[in-house]
Amino acid sequence: MTTIAGTAPALAAGESYLEHGHGLRSWLLTLDHKRIGIMYLAAITGALLLGGVFALVLRLNLWRPAGGLVSNDVYNKLFTLHGAVMVFLFVIPGIPAALGNFVLPLQLGAKDLAFPRVNLISWWLYMTGAALFVATLVSGGIDSGWTLYPPYSLEESRGLGILLALSALFVVGFSSILTGLNFIATIHTMRPRGMGWFDLPLFLWALYATGIIQIIATPVLGITAAMGFLERLFHLGIFMPEYGGDPVLFQHFFWFYSHPAVYIMILPAMGIVSEVVSVFSRKPIFGYRFIAMSSIAIAVIGFFVWGHHMFVSGQSRWASLVFSFLTFLVAVPSAIKTFNWLATLYKGAIDLKTPMIYVLAFFAIFGVGGLTGLFLGALATDVALHDTYFVVAHFHFVMVGAELTAFLAGLHYWWPKMTGRMYGETSGRVSAVLVFLGFHLTFVPQFLAGVAGMPRRYATYAPAFQANNRLSTVGAFVLALGLVVALAGLVVSLFRGQRAPANPWGAASLEWTTPSPPAHDNFAETPRGNKPYDFTGLRLVSEDAGWVRAAGEGRG
Amino acid sequence: MTAPGTDRAGATMPAEDRPRFLAIQFDSMGAQAATGKLGIWLFLGSEILFFGGLFTAYGVYRANHHELFRYARHFLDWRLGALNTVVLVSSSLSAAWSVRCAQLGQRRGLHATLLATFALAGVFMAVKVVEYSHKLHNGVGWGASCHPSEEILATLPAAVRALPAPEHLGTFFSVYYLMTGLHGLHVLVGMGLYLWLLGRAHRGDFGPGYYGPVDTVALYWHLVDMIWIFLFPLFYLM
Amino acid sequence: MTDDTASAPAPRHGAAIPHVLPPSVLLGAAVALFALTALTVVASRLDLGQANVVVALAIACLKASVVALVFMHLAWENRFQLVVLVISALFAVLLVGFVVFDTTQYQPDLRAKEAQLRGKGR
Repeated sequence: MTTIAGTAPALAAGESYLEHGHGLRSWLLTLDHKRIGIMYLAAITGALLLGGVFALVLRLNLWRPAGGLVSNDVYNKLFTLHGAVMVFLFVIPGIPAALGNFVLPLQLGAKDLAFPRVNLISWWLYMTGAALFVATLVSGGIDSGWTLYPPYSLEESRGLGILLALSALFVVGFSSILTGLNFIATIHTMRPRGMGWFDLPLFLWALYATGIIQIIATPVLGITAAMGFLERLFHLGIFMPEYGGDPVLFQHFFWFYSHPAVYIMILPAMGIVSEVVSVFSRKPIFGYRFIAMSSIAIAVIGFFVWGHHMFVSGQSRWASLVFSFLTFLVAVPSAIKTFNWLATLYKGAIDLKTPMIYVLAFFAIFGVGGLTGLFLGALATDVALHDTYFVVAHFHFVMVGAELTAFLAGLHYWWPKMTGRMYGETSGRVSAVLVFLGFHLTFVPQFLAGVAGMPRRYATYAPAFQANNRLSTVGAFVLALGLVVALAGLVVSLFRGQRAPANPWGAASLEWTTPSPPAHDNFAETPRGNKPYDFTGLRLVSEDAGWVRAAGEGRG
Repeated sequence: MTAPGTDRAGATMPAEDRPRFLAIQFDSMGAQAATGKLGIWLFLGSEILFFGGLFTAYGVYRANHHELFRYARHFLDWRLGALNTVVLVSSSLSAAWSVRCAQLGQRRGLHATLLATFALAGVFMAVKVVEYSHKLHNGVGWGASCHPSEEILATLPAAVRALPAPEHLGTFFSVYYLMTGLHGLHVLVGMGLYLWLLGRAHRGDFGPGYYGPVDTVALYWHLVDMIWIFLFPLFYLM
Repeated sequence: MTDDTASAPAPRHGAAIPHVLPPSVLLGAAVALFALTALTVVASRLDLGQANVVVALAIACLKASVVALVFMHLAWENRFQLVVLVISALFAVLLVGFVVFDTTQYQPDLRAKEAQLRGKGR
């Protein structure tokens, strides 16, 4: 016999965080983590669209072996900025900033992050960095690839766009560091009574592990950007060989950050997967402690493998051997997680809502993406595959396929909480299928082209690669269509979506005990921590009222 | 991490009872202080890695160009370096003392120690200006702008002057100016922070119940001291 | 600044009773640091070859430990803060150590390239 006890009280009109304060200043100067999360969401969506448009132009140019849609020089600038915008403005900040900011305090039963002003500063730093990237674009762009390797990137003939790009990196880097700092401090010290470390939702373990990387790795990117900036202006002789510098040193610095950075990208995505797979299988997550510990293991081991980007750069043989071996090691915790997720599905009551479809897509894509990394981690095969489309396909599988599908899963999952509206299930499912199909059509041919020898970052190519390139281009537009459908569906739901109950999915973590959308200060009283994957007692009362826990049951 | 006897349901504390500097997301001053402390330590961790990149550049050039450091360090006056070390250690002492004064509610002591830290930082910067201007007036810039004048070369010990000028002299000074310059920037920021603390102390914000900012800024300042502790021998004595 | 007591006046609003550093501890740490500074200058005057750098770094680490444990209060703080410091330092050592090692291994290639570029003249 269910009661309505335990339902979050509906807010009176005008009391949600969306209505607390009006006007631009109340948003731009807000200290509310939820509003900051929404502002980040808007910004990173813009970044995704900008980077995506660049990608479509690139793919159109690659329709013909001789290119011709844009000049070769413009092509080079486009792939450089596609990479830079996507990596630094979408994939790295994406889940932590847009979803993490919103959800983290709610999952802890807290009123806000530890340092709300620092959070706002993070957002403003992000926006400044984004403006600097746009300025780079407008000033004529850079064409060195997003990896900015000297000596090419710092040559005088390349112009001054590099200074803007390096400044952007520096600024956006600090945004990331401050976010990580905030998350770690909050999770570490602001857990409620009853929520020990092993009672945390796995999304928070993921954000904690991500924060470790953000704090330790990102400063190295910052100092490298500063050194590159000064090298370009004053010929410091640290990176440019003609002035006494060492270009491989730049690569060491760059990848010391940029490899752990890919774990900044994927760990929060894995956190979302853990949440969604459990809720939509109506089963507690399998192997909770293993998943939690694996998150930390990935964060730590991820710092020991950066040289696998430098096997053919002049790095010494000894270093390459060590890095290759450790690269195989870092795959292990990811595999542990994958098996635990699959074990969660086993004998679960699978509910194919949009987030779950995206998560199932994630499993397929992440499996392939992760495994193809192993070919690149092995020295002998990497010599053949380095700088080919195999690498491009590998990292798009993990960064787009895995991270983007997890992001979309999380966005749909928490959409009702963030906006108070249910998204349309039909458009959500259609978008997931289109994204899955379009993604594979885009990137599987790229694996094949890479193995056949097509180099990356080429505006034109040998006619033998035409078929794979054309398939890939078609796929890119299908993928784009899927994303547009997802975006459109979400936007439409803001106006026409059904009002969301507090707990539309029957989840057990604390954010689902607040109204949808939550009040400005989240919780009137700090709740007691509970077991986040204990679904006992949760019943679906109706679509309008959502899921409710019978009084006295499942209080963990 | 809350102190004993804390009211856990902080939100039900009537607004008038809420301490002035207790932020909404914390239930007690103790919780706020503990979290704030972890926050600054996390930031200091990031600073260590930030300077770590520069220490790497130092290590790379030191390991691969022994002759460069044997030659170039004579351009630096170890006595000024030692003086600055003494100045900075003293300022760390006054910074740590300022925390003690705040904890004990000693307003005059707090004011004096904050001022002393600020002043000592100023002395450090003055010595730095002397060092930099001497070098720059004698053509000792960084990277491609390193062309030592005859005057400054004449100040080198005879045994050193006899050696051929190393090819990477410009790079040595790039690393020198980068590291001491970035450190100097941190000193300037610290001076700004101590000025801010002086203003707030003057207003009477700090006392035994609330001294987080004094503690936080002091921790930052000690890191600045720690970095110099490494820079001094690495550049001036080796 | 006369009293030597380690306890502060009773704080209000649930603030934890802080551990106050006595003047003797503060001054003692400062004196230790001055002494170690003198030691590092003296040690640098001795010609120990490659060991000079090791000795200098060892003394610097000792000084840094005094600053961290006493001035920064880590000897009396929550263990996790020390963990943050140590882990950051370890990762910095990883960065410096491994990169310096690798650069020593590929120097011949680098010098050749540099000579080639400088030979072109500027």
